[in-house]
Amino acid sequence: MATVSILDLGMVETVKANGTAVKITVLPTFSGCPALNIIERDIKQAAEKVEGVTEAHVEFVFTPPWTTDRITLEGRERLKEFGIAPPPANHVMGEPWEIDCPYCGSAYVTMENIFGPTACRSILYCRSCKNPFEAMKPVANL
Amino acid sequence: MTTPSEKGALIELLYQLADDDFILAYRGSEWLGLAPHIEEDVAFSSINQDMMGHANLYYRLLEQLGEGKADEIAHLRAPSKFRNAVLLEEVNGPGTYLEKPDYDWAFAVVRNYFYSVHKQIRLDSLRHSDFEPLAEAARKIMTEQYYHLMHWELWFKQLVTSTDEAKSRMNAAIEKVWRDFGGVLTLGPAYAEMVKANFIDDENVLKQRWMKRIEAVFNETGLPFSGEPRMERGNGRKGEHTPDLTQALATLSEVYATNPQTGW
Repeated sequence: MATVSILDLGMVETVKANGTAVKITVLPTFSGCPALNIIERDIKQAAEKVEGVTEAHVEFVFTPPWTTDRITLEGRERLKEFGIAPPPANHVMGEPWEIDCPYCGSAYVTMENIFGPTACRSILYCRSCKNPFEAMKPVANL
Repeated sequence: MTTPSEKGALIELLYQLADDDFILAYRGSEWLGLAPHIEEDVAFSSINQDMMGHANLYYRLLEQLGEGKADEIAHLRAPSKFRNAVLLEEVNGPGTYLEKPDYDWAFAVVRNYFYSVHKQIRLDSLRHSDFEPLAEAARKIMTEQYYHLMHWELWFKQLVTSTDEAKSRMNAAIEKVWRDFGGVLTLGPAYAEMVKANFIDDENVLKQRWMKRIEAVFNETGLPFSGEPRMERGNGRKGEHTPDLTQALATLSEVYATNPQTGW
């Protein structure tokens, strides 16, 4: 199974080392995301496994706000492998949101629910390949 | 930062912002499983989750200002210490979540839509706040609030232009919300200090923006616009509340209060 890392999602803002202590600042995608504690724990554990690091500290910050244009090209491709259509790279809020089916690439899709199983996703249906799928909501500065 | 009275005003403002989102998100969460259809259950619970996240951002700012731990601020305060508007604590309708809930969807739509419009206007002001951590939080929250406003506006416009039954229920809900929405639009006793310190715009300016926006939607959908909303059941910004708040806090803090030392 492909994975989409926090680097792919553009969530890591800074990594600073001071001797053997490392401080990592991370931008939450949505502020009420219940996975934040798990993400924090996993980052800390992963960083402390790196040779020469004795202590890692994770801090969530909101400046700059996380926006979906931070997702890397690779991240976009990997989201599709999960059946999640990536958000448009340079979305302007209020303008039409064009979504292609992550399975067949068709634009003949319908929005079933702009809200989905997590805060960052919407639920859609592809009229071409008849698959339900999800899309990551575009988030841009207003 | 600033003089003690400015700090006091900032803390009052943060409690208002946090408690408004917190208590309305709680009332929203009581709808889970009861919304008109499953898509709405998914959407509404997602919105409530976001709003709890927004309250948490403000509670963390209060924590940084020395008000105690965010969880304790949210869960262990007496009702009289809450600064949310009275309208937002009101029960969803007769009955309880577990027993014969006879909740009013028109009231949910009108309350959330009017609040969402105001929240957007308030955030638009807060993102230029002189208290930079608050401006940063506002910019973050706006990216999510965008979808909430769109959601409630769709419901509102659809229902007020729908069947006769929908229209009459919506009109009743608008009348009900109008009686207390003035409480949402006020910044309370410390308002002059908040404005002087450039934490937020003048409450009258924000109120006028809200009324202008709502009046335009009313005109568009053929609803009569009845002037300024009132504040009939007390000013939550002064700690005046109804028994509905006491009940809500008792329920939502029940687990936390059994053992505040435990990580939930």
